[in-house]
Amino acid sequence: MTFVQFCFYIFSAILVFAAAMVVTIRNPVKSALFLVLAFFSAACIWITLEAEFLAIVLVLVYVGAVMVLFLFVVMMLDIDLAVLRAGFARYLPVGSVIALLLILEIALVMTTTFGPGEFTAPGAHPADYSNSKELGRLIYTVYVYPFEIAAIILLVAIIAAIALTMRRRPDSKYIDPSKQVKVNRDDRLRIVKMKSEGGKQV
Amino acid sequence: MISLSHYLVLGAILFGISVVGIFLNRKNVVILLMSIELLLLAVNMNFVAFSRYLDDTAGQVFVFFILTVAAAEAAIGLAILIVLFRSRRTINIEELDSLKG
Repeated sequence: MTFVQFCFYIFSAILVFAAAMVVTIRNPVKSALFLVLAFFSAACIWITLEAEFLAIVLVLVYVGAVMVLFLFVVMMLDIDLAVLRAGFARYLPVGSVIALLLILEIALVMTTTFGPGEFTAPGAHPADYSNSKELGRLIYTVYVYPFEIAAIILLVAIIAAIALTMRRRPDSKYIDPSKQVKVNRDDRLRIVKMKSEGGKQV
Repeated sequence: MISLSHYLVLGAILFGISVVGIFLNRKNVVILLMSIELLLLAVNMNFVAFSRYLDDTAGQVFVFFILTVAAAEAAIGLAILIVLFRSRRTINIEELDSLKG
């Protein structure tokens, strides 16, 4: 068994285990953490597939940003787990049978069509080959329009996420700058004319 | 040597686990979103494996775009989830029936 094979089996075992824990574990925080483990081992497998840039992006973007977002949301929500877990045991047999059938069917097609004899891995790239450079060359030439569309999609996602969750809370001490600028003297200041008390002469 | 089918079967197993996750956690929107992320990861695994074995970097460009869309989807999905929880105080899908669909 070569080192690459060893890595593949170890990381795929961790990946499948973590994925199974994500969907079966009771606590959503733990399942988010297992999803982090799954992404991390997937990134390790991608490194053995010489997709270094994507592996790092998976760790940075998914583990670093998306999963932190998930954890934030899971911890913010106050959810009743017992209600959400109802029916778990009832759906387990049906779900497992369907998943097994699905996996068997896909595996059957994949192993007969893309078996060991059909495709052989090309040799490893030379040491000075840069995966990021190659990806960058493709993205900025052939796929430049899809790349710009991806940028627009991210912009839309940012705006949508902010627009959806923003709200005005009546109990917050928020100050509206335009109201503050438009205020004039009469709203704030009241001059009271009153007679002076006739008193001692100074 | 590891053949292409090893990676494809790994992707298939991941896909199956995510599908069973959608079956099991059909009331909890958070776990549903996580299962969708796993589904996309399974597809990405296939893309990266094909990209390596066909020696064509275009497959990795597709993974790049899928990651972009998945990140956008997660952000908007979680934002909707927050708004939903604020107005209904629950994330149970069976109670979200105000559209009477």
